[in-house]
Amino acid sequence: METITHQHHADAHRDDTAAKIGMWLFIFTEILLFGGLFIVYSVYRHMNPVAFHLAHEELSITMGFINTIILLVSSATVAISISALQKNDRKLTMLMLGITLLLALTFLVNKYFEWGGKFEHGMYPGSELMKNLSNGDMLFFSLYFFMTGLHGVHIIVGMVLLGITLYKVKTGAVNSGKYALLENSGLYWHLVDLIWIFLFPLFYLIH
Amino acid sequence: MTDFNHTNREPNFLEYKGKYKGILGWITSTDHKRIGLLYFYSMMFFFLAGVVMGLLMKYELISPGEQIMGAQTYNGLFTLHGLTMIFLFVIPGVAAVFGNFFLPILIGAKDVSFPRLNLMSWYLYIIGAIIVLISQFIGDGPPDTGWTFYAPYSLKTNTNVVAAVTGAFILGFSSILTGLNFIVTMHRLRAPGMGWLRMPLFGWALYGTGWIQLLATPVVGITFLMVIAERLLGIGFFDPAIGGDPILYQHLFWIYSHPAVYIMILPAMGAITEIIPTFARKTIFGYTAIVISSMAIAFVGYFVWGHHMFTSGMSSTSRWVFSLLTFLVAIPSAIKVFNWTATLYKSSINLQTPFYWAIAFVFVFMIGGFSGLVLGSLATDIHVHDTAFVVAHFHYIVFGGTGFAFFGALHYWFPKMFARVYNFKVANTGLIIFFIGFNMLYFPMFYLGLLGMPRRYYDYLPMFHSANILSTVGSWIMATGLLIIIINLIRARKGSGKEVDDPWDGKTLEWTIPSPPIVENFEEIPEVKHGPYEY
Repeated sequence: METITHQHHADAHRDDTAAKIGMWLFIFTEILLFGGLFIVYSVYRHMNPVAFHLAHEELSITMGFINTIILLVSSATVAISISALQKNDRKLTMLMLGITLLLALTFLVNKYFEWGGKFEHGMYPGSELMKNLSNGDMLFFSLYFFMTGLHGVHIIVGMVLLGITLYKVKTGAVNSGKYALLENSGLYWHLVDLIWIFLFPLFYLIH
Repeated sequence: MTDFNHTNREPNFLEYKGKYKGILGWITSTDHKRIGLLYFYSMMFFFLAGVVMGLLMKYELISPGEQIMGAQTYNGLFTLHGLTMIFLFVIPGVAAVFGNFFLPILIGAKDVSFPRLNLMSWYLYIIGAIIVLISQFIGDGPPDTGWTFYAPYSLKTNTNVVAAVTGAFILGFSSILTGLNFIVTMHRLRAPGMGWLRMPLFGWALYGTGWIQLLATPVVGITFLMVIAERLLGIGFFDPAIGGDPILYQHLFWIYSHPAVYIMILPAMGAITEIIPTFARKTIFGYTAIVISSMAIAFVGYFVWGHHMFTSGMSSTSRWVFSLLTFLVAIPSAIKVFNWTATLYKSSINLQTPFYWAIAFVFVFMIGGFSGLVLGSLATDIHVHDTAFVVAHFHYIVFGGTGFAFFGALHYWFPKMFARVYNFKVANTGLIIFFIGFNMLYFPMFYLGLLGMPRRYYDYLPMFHSANILSTVGSWIMATGLLIIIINLIRARKGSGKEVDDPWDGKTLEWTIPSPPIVENFEEIPEVKHGPYEY
């Protein structure tokens, strides 16, 4: 009898639907991860409505708005890349993924300047300034750094996923007949986008 | 019984040789059966370590005053005992070991949907476990917060909370990925003809469990991350000194940790549901009711977390709502007990070791369940909150429920996993001693709790002395029983028992294949034409 290798055992069964269900389930998990933070945010905002309102004025709506537009466009480019690959247009797929990655990078650069501005004013987690803030301000900025920071980590993870996908499209491992990875990376990217859609109004636009 | 001519068979998963030999062949294997056993051996190690810690604590409590350890050591020990038993044994528990090993076989599949992810879950489990253990030795001493890491103490203690919480976070990841894997597997890989309502009930239990793992674990994950951020960066979330709300921490913690109780108990109930029809030689009573009750437990179990906080400060409206929901969640559990006993009615019972375990499970689980109602009702909870009563209650559920089911499942499936039977007489003797010891250990704690003995103290007033002696002696008897059980199984594993394919004449799919199963479980994927328990 021929020896069966474990590799064979693992890969013999390719199931794109399973991969997609798996990704959706993972997205549910991610939503609840941020869900915990949204609960904390709601409770503390309810407890400190005035402080939250005043603290949010320290944030630049323009920066937040630009980043929102960047992420929305990047969601569109990812969606286009999937349609392009389904139509077997590899070049367009790669172009669109490249643009998505570029937009993601721009988002992070913006974030860097935004955070950097705060840091320059001595406003960062653990700083003397932050320790001396009033309770409501402290909670607002703790949540701000924590939630946008965690979101930033998700942006980086999404970029890694999209980067791997781009490489695999290039080598042909992801192609018009086998694009579950692209779809899943795209789904993940939409999630990252969606979370920002909630973060933006909660931190930048509140009244 | 089947003829044992191994030359005609494909290699079984135990003797199969892949790219690597020896231990490497195991820790690089994506075979769900090997991963199940990896979990099994690592979990038994942690379980026994947890037992030793428990014995030490019971010894400390044999009489008032300091016996073998002071307050700080005792605090560290109950924290580590809780962390080990909860996060490293009962939460992965029955699902990680027997779910991994048997779920694909029960539904007629060759493996889970994502075998490599499955192996990764085990690695995450081990990494998390190592970090929890490291927390004992580095920094300013072992964490002393209890496994609950309640704020603000967990933010203020000098002990090494960050490492322990990081470990728990990683263990949560492992749990989420296992749940995800099982859910997808059940959606995609059921054998042809196996509709949802022909799936063995252990599968259904794991399905409900998987959803809890997915939807509850991330909440505690983020909470632990916030604790880490608060400790490392000094940003405020839960410390009242900087505006945080420690009650909010408790809410977030129990939003996961109460459903986690169902992560522990649902697969255990599932395993019992497999054992009972096999030995009653009769189809399960109320298949659909059990399916619905599994899903109902998973669902309602989400909304009862507040009953851990009746004395923490909540509005009276939320208290009675949580109390009501707590009573509601008892109903589906009771439905299962009725179904198990109704299955036995007019059956021809085959009295064997796994069946004894199942019956012992029902007995202790019911004591645990009823005492849970005492804690779920507002007035009585105020009296027994944070007393030994609570400790007795959750040991009856977690150890008496999940632990008994774990050993029941082990005795049930052992012949399938290793193709050996163990010595039944020794196994039964071990069980009886274990059962007596268990009840002697935990039952007096109900009494102590009612008298008002608080939990988590290394010392107590002389009025609690006699019941504590009983409890400590019980712990020795239980440990003796456990030792007998384990040695008996090790001897069987080493090959003293006779080789068998199926000593119980079971009807679910795992009993249709040779023992130990071949690498791909089935030479040909079976076609399912009827429900799982056709006797």
